[in-house]
Amino acid sequence: MAEFLDYFRKERLPHIWCPGCGHGTVTGALIRAVDKLGLDKNKIVMVSGIGCSSRAVGYLDFDTLHTTHGRALAFATGVKHAKPSLKVIVMTGDGDCTAIGGNHFIHAARRNIDITTIIMNNSIYGMTSGQYSPTTPHGMLGTTAPYGNVEQEFDVCELAKASGASYVARATSFHVTLLTDLIEKALMNKGFSVVEALTQCPTYFGRKNKIGGPVELLNWIKDRTVNAKAAAALPPEKLAGKLLIGELHRAERPEYCASYAETTARVQRTYNDYKGGNRGCELNSD
Amino acid sequence: MAENAKLMQGNEACTMGAIAAGLQFFAGYPITPSTEIAEMCSEELPKFGGKFIQMEDEIGSIAACIGASLTGKKAMTATSGPGFSLMQESIGYASLCEIPVVIVNVQRMGPSTGMPTSPAQGDIMQARWGTHGDHQIIALAPGNVKECFELTFKAFAYAEAYRVPVIVLADEVISHMREKVILPDPSSYKIPMRAMPTSPAGYKPYGADPDGGVPLMAPFGQGYRWHCTGLFHDESGAPSGKAAVADKLLRRLERKIEKNAQVLEDYYAESMEDCDIAVVSFGSSAMAALSAVRRARKEGHKAGMLRLKTIWPFPDAALRRLSASAKKIIVPEMNLGQLALEVERAIHGKAEVIKLGKVTGELFHPDEIYQALKEAF
Repeated sequence: MAEFLDYFRKERLPHIWCPGCGHGTVTGALIRAVDKLGLDKNKIVMVSGIGCSSRAVGYLDFDTLHTTHGRALAFATGVKHAKPSLKVIVMTGDGDCTAIGGNHFIHAARRNIDITTIIMNNSIYGMTSGQYSPTTPHGMLGTTAPYGNVEQEFDVCELAKASGASYVARATSFHVTLLTDLIEKALMNKGFSVVEALTQCPTYFGRKNKIGGPVELLNWIKDRTVNAKAAAALPPEKLAGKLLIGELHRAERPEYCASYAETTARVQRTYNDYKGGNRGCELNSD
Repeated sequence: MAENAKLMQGNEACTMGAIAAGLQFFAGYPITPSTEIAEMCSEELPKFGGKFIQMEDEIGSIAACIGASLTGKKAMTATSGPGFSLMQESIGYASLCEIPVVIVNVQRMGPSTGMPTSPAQGDIMQARWGTHGDHQIIALAPGNVKECFELTFKAFAYAEAYRVPVIVLADEVISHMREKVILPDPSSYKIPMRAMPTSPAGYKPYGADPDGGVPLMAPFGQGYRWHCTGLFHDESGAPSGKAAVADKLLRRLERKIEKNAQVLEDYYAESMEDCDIAVVSFGSSAMAALSAVRRARKEGHKAGMLRLKTIWPFPDAALRRLSASAKKIIVPEMNLGQLALEVERAIHGKAEVIKLGKVTGELFHPDEIYQALKEAF
């Protein structure tokens, strides 16, 4: 691999994440996947929203877009639709993507637009110091769930699948090799791809729930998961309350930008004598 | 020129103005009374390789436009009151990050769902202060169908030149009205282009003269690899919490528009030179106002008409200069006195400002403004 740090804006380091945070591990996995595929640094646009996860893009040496809370996928849709030749990667969190940004998430998936979305799911709002999120398990503690979370949590991968994503996978910051491999496959899929990375927030989620330090929390996350391949052979009682990791869903669906290009080509065959006033825009421009 | 004469609707003229200016990307969400713009963009843009998308909401629409603009494309969205409210957070983002984008807001009666098909002009202050924090904005108000074309074209020129969100503040009457318009010869269009850097070496995405300079904007995907963030940032684009960095950035953004206020001022003035009473208005209210002013003049009253095309930055200097002889200023507007507040501020007690607000969801009748003039004389 090229020098790991070559993918970083070294002058922007050190990062702001807490000691023991899992987000760096996920960022590392993404970089390794990008490197392995030999993607052109100049043709990658990384987009993020707001939250701990979203600070990742600021450290990475690509064109990077740190947007408003929940809107990363909407900005990314604009980037990709305007210039489909760019590789667009979204880094987001559980709150950013599935609470405030939930609508954009399901519609990006529905369009099956060629964007790779990495969701760093630490089951808590870390940046604002520990409020419960849509993925905080029922009964667990947060600063706004002092008596235990009353709500039911999302299964992010099921949500992505139901909404139309053509590639859906899950791993954790413990299963780094698997995570890197899944991100690589997601980057290769032409369509909306989702990789949910369960990560640890020892500062808030771990501490609030008295799970222990980063190591104990990583083990706790590991114990919540079962490999999707192994799961087939396991009895239901062994799967109760567990999250499957691995590749969870693949589908052949038309990709948005490709469909738009097809439509455009058909329109232009009909209107090839178009004499509109637009000279700032080349025909079939990317 | 005759072949360029067309009967068209304000929203249609607005779309054509955008296309003439080089529109390449439109993202929007259906809302009355702006929807014709989205419909027309969906039909026209694919013909020349432009991109249209109907987003899931107005928040997504403005976000997609900003994303597209970052790739170097000219982007526009169109909406009305409720959708305009939803866009405010990202308008602030475009303002701080200096992303050119054009937002057409066809005003309708509000607040809330209000009266969706009735005209109003109640978004003057929302256009200026809708997003949080100090920021600058440009807002242009067309007063007829032809100006829908001209001012939308101009909106792109300003957005690209100053790297700022520009709002076309139309209203239901202007946008749905049909008039004969003689379009300029397309070969005469001077397509507005943003200033771009020539090499990534040493590129500072936010490096500019602190006295209102505009930084060069590198399109994404061309090797500049820069960071765009809604956090306060230094010249390199790096987030910063430093007091001096924040102060320098916000003051530059303020100066960027403020120092060009004279360049940006645009208005139509008639009989203002010797007027005793001036009528200051904009958009469809000004159509009725002009008729009333002409009638008063014909009857020997020294009435004058000033119709503002540039609303923000507010043309303080032009207002003071043109209304120097006026003892009273009547401000007819379809709200409860938003423009009048600005007129009062700018005129600084040199003339009495008479508010003539109308919030019935109906257009002004010239008689209403004529009566106000009669009372004032």
